[in-house]
Amino acid sequence: MLEVRGVRKSFGEVEVLRGVDLQVEQGDVVAILGPSGSGKTTLLRCMNFLETASGGELIFDGETFPMSHTSRKDIARLRRKTAFVFQNYNLFRNKTALQNVTEGLIVARKMPKAQALEIGRQALEKVGLSDRCDYYPNQLSGGQQQRVAIARAMATNPEIIYFDEPTSALDPELTGEVLAVMRQLAEEGMTMLVVTHEMNFAKQVSSQVVFMEHGVVAEQGASREFFLHPQQERTKAFLRTLSGEIR
Amino acid sequence: MNGEWWSLMADSFGKILIPGLTMTIPLTAISFSLALVIAVVVALVQFANVRVLKQAARFYVWVVRGTPLLVQLFVVFYGLPNVGILLDPFPAAVLVFSLNEGAYCSETIRAALESVPAGQMEAGQCVGMSYLQVIRRIVLPQALRTAFPPLSNSLIAMIKDTSLAANITVTEMFMVTQRIVARTYEPLILYIEVGLIYLLFCTVLTKVQSAVEKRMRTYG
Repeated sequence: MLEVRGVRKSFGEVEVLRGVDLQVEQGDVVAILGPSGSGKTTLLRCMNFLETASGGELIFDGETFPMSHTSRKDIARLRRKTAFVFQNYNLFRNKTALQNVTEGLIVARKMPKAQALEIGRQALEKVGLSDRCDYYPNQLSGGQQQRVAIARAMATNPEIIYFDEPTSALDPELTGEVLAVMRQLAEEGMTMLVVTHEMNFAKQVSSQVVFMEHGVVAEQGASREFFLHPQQERTKAFLRTLSGEIR
Repeated sequence: MNGEWWSLMADSFGKILIPGLTMTIPLTAISFSLALVIAVVVALVQFANVRVLKQAARFYVWVVRGTPLLVQLFVVFYGLPNVGILLDPFPAAVLVFSLNEGAYCSETIRAALESVPAGQMEAGQCVGMSYLQVIRRIVLPQALRTAFPPLSNSLIAMIKDTSLAANITVTEMFMVTQRIVARTYEPLILYIEVGLIYLLFCTVLTKVQSAVEKRMRTYG
C-alpha cells in the first residue's frame, strides 16, 4: 500500500537519512525503533512532506511521487489519505477538543457541519473523552490531549496514521491510556507507522519492526522474529541496552 | 483653588468634551480600524514570505517608523496640495494616523504570528487544510490574541496622539481647548482639564482591555 525507496535527507552538511527503504502493507502496524538521532522522526516527517527529502520516492496506492519535488497539489491529496500524530500533540490551541476533531472535516473536506459533529463526537467517545468535547487543550492533561489528537487523526478516515513518538512527552501513567487507544486502533485493522521508544508496544502490538541507525534501516522484520531472533549485532546490542543488561 | 477656577472648569467642560466625543473618538476609532487592517496585511505578507510584497512592507515600515508623525501630518495636509492633492483636515488626519499606526501595529502582529508554534501550522496541514486556511482559522486567531495587549497599548497611545491633528486644523478636543485659552487666558486650568479628559478616555479603554482579556483567557 505504501512504500518509500532511497529516502535521503540532509540538514546542511549533516546527512540524516542515507537511503531508507520501507514498505507498509494494509493493516500493518509498523514500529520504527532506533537510538536517538538515527533519523526515525525525520523519515516520518519526510513521508508526510513536513520536511522535504533531498531524494527518494514515495509510492502510495500504486502512484509514485518524487519526494524532493512533489507538487503542492499532490501533497494536499496525499495528506487527505493520511493522518499524523505528533509527539507534543499540536492540538489547535484556540479550538475545543471537538472542534479540533471536526476542523479538518469541515474546512478541508467541506463536510456538512452536522455530519462532522457526529463523527467528531464518535471519535472522542472512542478515545474515552466524550465528556471533554468542550474543553480547550490547556484544560486537558497530556494524555487526554494526545487522545484528542488520535481522535482527530481517526476522524478523517485515513488509510494510514503516522505516529511520531506519541508517548514520549507523557509520564508512565498517561502513556498507558494513549497506548491503550493505539492498541484498540491496531486491533480494528488501522494501518499504522509508529516511531516509538515503547518496547512493550513494539513487542505486543506491532506486526513489523524497523530498526534504524545512522540514517539507514539496519534490520527489519516481523515483530516476533525481531525480538526473539535479531540478526544484526547492532540490533542485539540495542535490545540488550533496553532490557537493562550491562555488557 | 478659588471659585472662579471651578466655575471656569465647569463652564468649559462640556465645550471640550463634545469635540472629544464627536472628533477625537471617531478620528481614533476610524484610524485605528484602518490601521489594524493595514497591519494584518503587512504582517501576513512578511510572515508568509511573499516576494516583492515583503520588500514593499519592510520599506513602508522603515519610512513610517523613521519619520515623525507631525512631519507626516504636515506633508500630507500642507505639502500634497502642491502636487494637486487637496485633502480636508479630517480625511488627511485619518490617512496619516492609519498609515502611521498600521506600521507600528504590523510589527506587533508579525511578532505575534511568529510566536505561534510551528506545530500549529503542521497539524493544520496534516488534517488537510491549505496554508491560507490554517492561517485564517488557526494561526491568525492565536496571534491576534497574543497581540491584543500591545495593540491596546497602541490604541491608548493613539487617542492621545490625535491631539496633533490640531496642527492641521482638525477641531478636536485640544484645538478647542486652545481656543478657549486664547479667550480666557487660563492655560493652566484648561490644559489640565483637557489632560484629565484624555485620562478619562484612556481609563475607559484600560477597563475595556482588562475585561476583554479576561474573556479571552478561556484558552491558553
